[in-house]
Amino acid sequence: MSLLDVRQLRKRFGGLVVTRDVSITLGKGDRVALIGPNGAGKTTFVNLVTGHVRPDGGTVLLDGKDVTRASPTARVRAGLVRSFQVTRLFSEMTPEEHIALAMLQRLGRSRRIFADFRSMPDVVDEADRILSLFNLSGIARVPVGAIAYGQQRLLEVALVMALKPKVLLLDEPAAGVPSADIALIERALAQLPADLAVLMIDHDMDFVFRFARKVIVLAAGGVIFDGTPQAVAADARVRQAYLGSYADDRGTA
Amino acid sequence: MTTDATVKARNAASLGRVRRSAAVDATAVVIILAAAALLYVLFPGSLALFTRMVAIMMLALSLDLVTGFAGIATLGHAALFGAGAYAAGILASKFGFTDPFAMLGVGAVAGALAGIVSSVVILRGRGLGQLVLSIAIVQLAHEAANKLSAWTGGSDGLSGIAPAPIFGLYRFDLWGRTAFILAVALLVVVFVLLRVIIRSPFGMLCRGIKQDPVRVRAMGAPVYGTLVKLYAIAGAVAGLGGALSAVATKVVGLDSLSFTLSAEALVMLVLGGVGKLFGALIGTFVFIWFEHLVAAINPFHWLTIVGVMLIVVVLFEPRGLTGAAEALWTRARGGRR
Repeated sequence: MSLLDVRQLRKRFGGLVVTRDVSITLGKGDRVALIGPNGAGKTTFVNLVTGHVRPDGGTVLLDGKDVTRASPTARVRAGLVRSFQVTRLFSEMTPEEHIALAMLQRLGRSRRIFADFRSMPDVVDEADRILSLFNLSGIARVPVGAIAYGQQRLLEVALVMALKPKVLLLDEPAAGVPSADIALIERALAQLPADLAVLMIDHDMDFVFRFARKVIVLAAGGVIFDGTPQAVAADARVRQAYLGSYADDRGTA
Repeated sequence: MTTDATVKARNAASLGRVRRSAAVDATAVVIILAAAALLYVLFPGSLALFTRMVAIMMLALSLDLVTGFAGIATLGHAALFGAGAYAAGILASKFGFTDPFAMLGVGAVAGALAGIVSSVVILRGRGLGQLVLSIAIVQLAHEAANKLSAWTGGSDGLSGIAPAPIFGLYRFDLWGRTAFILAVALLVVVFVLLRVIIRSPFGMLCRGIKQDPVRVRAMGAPVYGTLVKLYAIAGAVAGLGGALSAVATKVVGLDSLSFTLSAEALVMLVLGGVGKLFGALIGTFVFIWFEHLVAAINPFHWLTIVGVMLIVVVLFEPRGLTGAAEALWTRARGGRR
């Protein structure tokens, strides 16, 4: 049973076809990477799947239910959550408040007017557990605007985890992170629940190849490769469309 | 067993933080009550002025909710205040319901409704567009009140409001003592409720929307619905302020529904400090007091002096008077260490 089933998704902007009959399936525990050169249509694909852009054709099934016409927030509530390439956090709020707010939303308590999450033991306990999992306990009550960028990226992953999604779209989780801190992000991603289906969009090849068990390559709006990380570098079409010199570097190294 | 103990300790610490917040609220209430008592004793002849201040404080608090906490720009907030004032005034003068609590209740409901209507219009725009729509709303409301003179008294104002004694016991006296005590009691209740609301999950959601609405949507939370709800709450607070002014002054004028009052409320909020609730109280108090003093000294150029004061505050302490006080406090504490 696949958690995310994208079938024949199509989108054109005027005369330009940006998504051409793309089909992807993700099952429990899948770790799939979506790569492709600039302009391949990765961002549009993410926007189609999350509901920010209406497709011209095709269907998106989430855990067996058709969500092709559902609003972005309805998809999130159904378990399809995304992270952002550029950190989107509340700069005046603390990491603890971020996690608590995500949990309150998940638990259906975010509309409460006369309540305080600090007097809800279940929320306080889980927020504390998630923050310590990502080594953020020490700065749990510091406004996010005052913490380091690498830690903000970690919080982004922690926040997504607090929403307990079924399917997670990670949009360049390591974007802008100094290379010394990439290991931290990788460790954070290793903490994601094993049965979660993850689709990662990224440029950093080494990073992608360590994380993914399956790679999908998008070029000019269509899927040109779908297979293992080992096979992708050997594929002639992928070499031509995207990897180019990188694949040769790997070969000589 | 040890983990059990740490969980218990953590929950206790968390509840301790809740209690500390309550203690801060209690301190704020004590300060408000002490200031009110002091004014009552020192300036028994100016109680009407202070009651007006409290009514406008409700408007500034309401504006702080919308602008300070949710980041919606508005120059038409007096529409909600005026809705409350006229609803309370019409209830008393045209329908003969003169119970002050009925008037206040109807004022709050009318304010909430006006809040919902204006939010539906204002939230269509963004940034400058939002500002223009908000001005349009208050101008339309002003013109409607002007034209419907059979109900509102038009430009002559609505008179013939004679509130009954509170609980049938305490009459609204000539010196405005009853009105002042009623106003302070209402202010304390509203202030504490708003403090609770901004700490609540709903309040966190509103603060989140101000800082990044895209992230709020990506968490699956509604942005539009949350803001309309916030506007309804803010409308009830502003409407209560309007109704209080109707009860206390026994007249409602078109100025309660004006662009000028909307803009002044924003000035008071900026003066006191945005997004802190206490700033709304301090800013209103200082602005109206200053206006009162300067207008007595120089009735022609008082607006110039108010303008200069505002420029000084915005240039030297953009976080307002409460921001300046906070900075002094942290510096004093840092110096002692």
